[in-house]
Amino acid sequence: MNRDNPLVLGIESSCDETGVGIVRGTQLLANTVSSSMDEHVRFGGVIPEIASRAHLDAFVPTLRQALAEASVTLADVDAIAVTSGPGLSGALMVGVSAAKALALATGKPLYAVNHLVAHVGVGVLDAAFPEGLPPNLGALLVSGGHTEILRVNSLTSDVELLGCTIDDAAGEAYDKVARILGLGYPGGPAIDRLAAEGDPKAIRFPRGLTQPKYLGTAEQPGPHRYDFSFSGLKTAVARCVEQYEADGVKPPVADIAASFQEAVVDVITSKAVLACREHGITSLLLGGGVAANSRLRTLTGQRCAAAGITLTVPPLSLCTDNGAMVAALGAQIVMDGGEPTGIGFATDSSLPVTSVYA
Amino acid sequence: MLILSLDTSAAASAALVRDGVVTGNFATEDTRSHAEVLAPAVAGLLAREGIAGTALDAIVVGVGPGPFTGLRAGLATARTLAYVWEVPLHGVMSLDSIAEDAAAHLGSGEFLVATDARRKEVYWARYRADGGLPDLLAGPEVGAPSSLPSLPAYGKGAGLYPEELAGVDGFTDVHPSAAALGRSAYRRLTAGLDLLDTSPLYLRESDARVPGPRKRATA
Ligand SMILES: [Zn+2]
Repeated sequence: MNRDNPLVLGIESSCDETGVGIVRGTQLLANTVSSSMDEHVRFGGVIPEIASRAHLDAFVPTLRQALAEASVTLADVDAIAVTSGPGLSGALMVGVSAAKALALATGKPLYAVNHLVAHVGVGVLDAAFPEGLPPNLGALLVSGGHTEILRVNSLTSDVELLGCTIDDAAGEAYDKVARILGLGYPGGPAIDRLAAEGDPKAIRFPRGLTQPKYLGTAEQPGPHRYDFSFSGLKTAVARCVEQYEADGVKPPVADIAASFQEAVVDVITSKAVLACREHGITSLLLGGGVAANSRLRTLTGQRCAAAGITLTVPPLSLCTDNGAMVAALGAQIVMDGGEPTGIGFATDSSLPVTSVYA
Repeated sequence: MLILSLDTSAAASAALVRDGVVTGNFATEDTRSHAEVLAPAVAGLLAREGIAGTALDAIVVGVGPGPFTGLRAGLATARTLAYVWEVPLHGVMSLDSIAEDAAAHLGSGEFLVATDARRKEVYWARYRADGGLPDLLAGPEVGAPSSLPSLPAYGKGAGLYPEELAGVDGFTDVHPSAAALGRSAYRRLTAGLDLLDTSPLYLRESDARVPGPRKRATA
């Protein structure tokens, strides 16, 4: 196997995007994504069975398109990488079955990789970090499926979870609140747009898990010092809207949207910066679909700058779920001398970040 | 004619069928590990006989009905293999595999094939055996076992509901199998009959519900 500058094909199917990406070493050649997002709109959230059905039909066409975009053939490929978790179990099984068949049919080595670590893996692509990943790297991942703070000691062998959501993901909270406010799906862009017209200080919504009993101190951390909780916030928004309606007043939707967004972004960025400071993290990578949120980008930038942390935000097409991130991580593992997983592994819908690849 | 046959509509199975004769066979009873075991099983079958995938004349796959997640593992595998090896790909209704052996057993007359659809329902189809060969008359459908016509019933569904279905001895525990599916496909391909494409026969919608309007508080 070519381990110096390998051509790696990556497959992603952990949620509602069917992604096939192709990289050569750290160079991005193709990033083809087929999304079933439109089919979930009327349900107000991702329906796993609908996502899985869409993956099955999208896989071969997406693969074909990615190969054409990269102007390579399957014979050129050195290795294949696939997301084996975490994610929606039925969705993961489509991508993994297809990836195994692809490995079997081409005789190429297959690597089962971690979806969350792959979000960090895009950092090595093209110009993001021209000198390679910086030391003391952390990652803040915010999407409809996850909300995590990671410390990345080594992309291929040592990733640590510092904090995560204990209930809803941040993007999920956006979707639920958008529904309460009658804004439709997906909630992130809708709330972000409306929030621009509202006053973020109009209503003080709760910041989950920020009481001293959860935070503790740097020396004696509480049980959820870097963790998030958004379900209480969602309930608070619902109560707030109901209160206006009970009073016969039209709820000030823009103010509510702006105040909700401020609560989410405030708690995410303050905990992320706290975790960075207390773990010697000096570079932070922002990933996940909610990285598109204008307020999250702004406040993360401001707070990182104030704390002397260098913030990197990859292009949005690499922040949302995609196959290129899987290929990028796969290539790092190949270049690092990692052994292939083979084709006998199982998916793991709750794969921990400490398991970078199987 | 060399056929690679796959079925994951209930248990996971794979078979090599050469000129209508099964020369290699893999089957598991486990109904939840399809994505894990299927590709290694296919690799093993080909390696044992020293066959390159590109030497296959066709790949056939059971298109259900069956539990969705497992079913898709077989379909994703078959579609990808056929794409890479550039081998013709066909779908076969999974219950046909049980009907192949049932018709041989019964000789002539009408019969049912029923498999487990969970939720106290069966996937079923009605066939006529003629000279030991099955002819699909109706189905596949999904429904309560009590709603089926009273005919001899073959398949695990008959075993699960002995009160409602007239299970045939020796056939109340059988799943669809790649081996019988491959034999059925061979018979039809050589007779010049059309097979299906590989669209899954889900028969049920996803359980998703469109959320109703939020209830409003009233003063
Ligand atoms: Zn993701």
